Amino acid sequence: MSKYKNFRLFKGKLSFLIDRKAAFIFTILLLVTFMVFVLSTGIGDMKINPLTVVKVLFGGGPEMEKLIITSFRLPRIIVALMVGMSLAVAGGILQGMIRNPLASPDVLGITGGASVAVVGFLAFFSDSNNALTVSIAWLPLAAFLGAGIVAFLVYFLAWKNGVSPIRLVLIGIGISTLMQALTTLMMIMGPIYQASQANIWITGTVYGSNWKNVATLVPWTVIFLIIAIVAARTINIQELGDEVATGLGGKVQKQRFLLLMISTALIGSSVAFAGGIGFVGLMAPHMARRLVGSSFGALLPTSALLGGILVMVADLIGRTMFSPLEVPAGVFTAGIGAPYFIYLLFKTRNA
Amino acid sequence: MMNAIETKNLSLSYGETLIINELDLKIPKGEITVFIGGNGCGKSTLLRSIARLLKPKSGGVLLEGKAISKLSTKEIAKKMAILPQSPTAPEGLTVLQLVKQGRYPHQSWLKQWSEEDEKKVNDALKATRLEELKERTVDSLSGGQRQRAWIAMTLAQDTDIILLDEPTTYLDMTHQIEILDLLFELNEKKKRTVVMVLHDLNLACRYAHNLVAIKDKKVFAQGKPEHVINCSLVKNVFGMDCEVTMDPLFGTPLCIPYGRGRCILNQAVAMNG
Repeated sequence: MSKYKNFRLFKGKLSFLIDRKAAFIFTILLLVTFMVFVLSTGIGDMKINPLTVVKVLFGGGPEMEKLIITSFRLPRIIVALMVGMSLAVAGGILQGMIRNPLASPDVLGITGGASVAVVGFLAFFSDSNNALTVSIAWLPLAAFLGAGIVAFLVYFLAWKNGVSPIRLVLIGIGISTLMQALTTLMMIMGPIYQASQANIWITGTVYGSNWKNVATLVPWTVIFLIIAIVAARTINIQELGDEVATGLGGKVQKQRFLLLMISTALIGSSVAFAGGIGFVGLMAPHMARRLVGSSFGALLPTSALLGGILVMVADLIGRTMFSPLEVPAGVFTAGIGAPYFIYLLFKTRNA
Repeated sequence: MMNAIETKNLSLSYGETLIINELDLKIPKGEITVFIGGNGCGKSTLLRSIARLLKPKSGGVLLEGKAISKLSTKEIAKKMAILPQSPTAPEGLTVLQLVKQGRYPHQSWLKQWSEEDEKKVNDALKATRLEELKERTVDSLSGGQRQRAWIAMTLAQDTDIILLDEPTTYLDMTHQIEILDLLFELNEKKKRTVVMVLHDLNLACRYAHNLVAIKDKKVFAQGKPEHVINCSLVKNVFGMDCEVTMDPLFGTPLCIPYGRGRCILNQAVAMNG
């Protein structure tokens, strides 16, 4: 059996080359994602049988379980899945665009920008009794705006006859550090209550997700994930270098801008609803690359699933292992991610 | 249209430094043209501006009679391919995946693997004798094989004109000849116009139909190697004293530089009686 399958429809108006191995791995991961989703929904203070979970997902099931699942568990797990997929794909795009395996949303300061916006929001819109003067529903928007503004800022500062990958990373690291400093400053200047709340949010958590969040996040994520996968072929040529990409007829600067926007949209929404969950954008694309190779048509979807699984598992551990304490998912993504990052640095030290 | 590429009054600069000054050049179709010149004379810069990788300070480049500033980059990519110096492939990219990228200008997001794409990629792999290696990663190949893979990518692009910036630098002699033979064959069999920058003057003389010597920000001389290469030109362009004789295998000009080194002429004469 050949390694590839030609996929042609409508007299060639639609044509793709499918890598059989990658397709197989993707299918397996899809099953794993579903399993993790179901198991995660079933595990908690009240343990629910996986079969019951599936029944509830399809509309049936006993009333009590149905209530717990739909009111408490589902929203947060769906958010975890969406956030994991978004961060993984955004990380993959950034790594391809910047041609550096260490590139990630955290490195470019985008998550930092969102953090500043959140802490600023909490500080600014609180009265003397530490209560919020505006609805907390505005917080995601603030986070998204923060992410967007920083992305633009980094891009603008890195512009010099176009944007080169190394300038993006250097400026990004600088801005990222600045954002962290600003965040700390605002937390110190504000009341203690806010600092702890902000801290939890910054570490990254899906605690407190509700259906309103899901209704906003799911369409946004799905749309941008699709756009990202369609843009995969432009990342493929960008990875070959600006000169080769131009030689192949790619509009390098325009595409780079578009890719940055897609990443920001995905990162912004994740940070808005789940705080600063780190390292997913770094790890998932790397693991995906080892499984399915470097072509972005296979890499992005695979990264998405791996990211989703990672965050769902991190959240699962966070809410069950130290029960009744809720440990933010961000702690565990960092717990796995930081050693992995060090391992990556170690591996590339001879390069 | 006998000229594949023409430049008119082309001036190129990096920042304030002028590299090429009002250069007029005609590159004939269906031939191998090689740019030669001393280090830093601007031959790579000239090639890159022809490939629209560098915007001119003034003047223009015509591709098959049309100004490239007026053509979309995709249209240009269907007519002209460029292989820059020392290209790098991402880790883990296979030869097949690399060569497939050459089809980019002919594809769209819906049509990513037409029958023609498949045919051109297979032809490119065959022409570069890489069919057996197509599943290997590019970074695991030898220098010569890797360069063949990049050339296969430009072949898959299926353009009439191929530009190559120092395609043989850093390769050992066997691989240099391998690459140049491949390009020569492509020109002979498929009538592709090849324009390249080479450092080795003798190899340039052997493979080029048309030699362009760059000096003082302009074209110093242009023409068939046997008409153009003589001691005076080499002295002028490279600042080097040499003897120009005839290559015993090919008959093309062979340039032998003066200088130091072991001179064993007397012994050799004695040995050969």
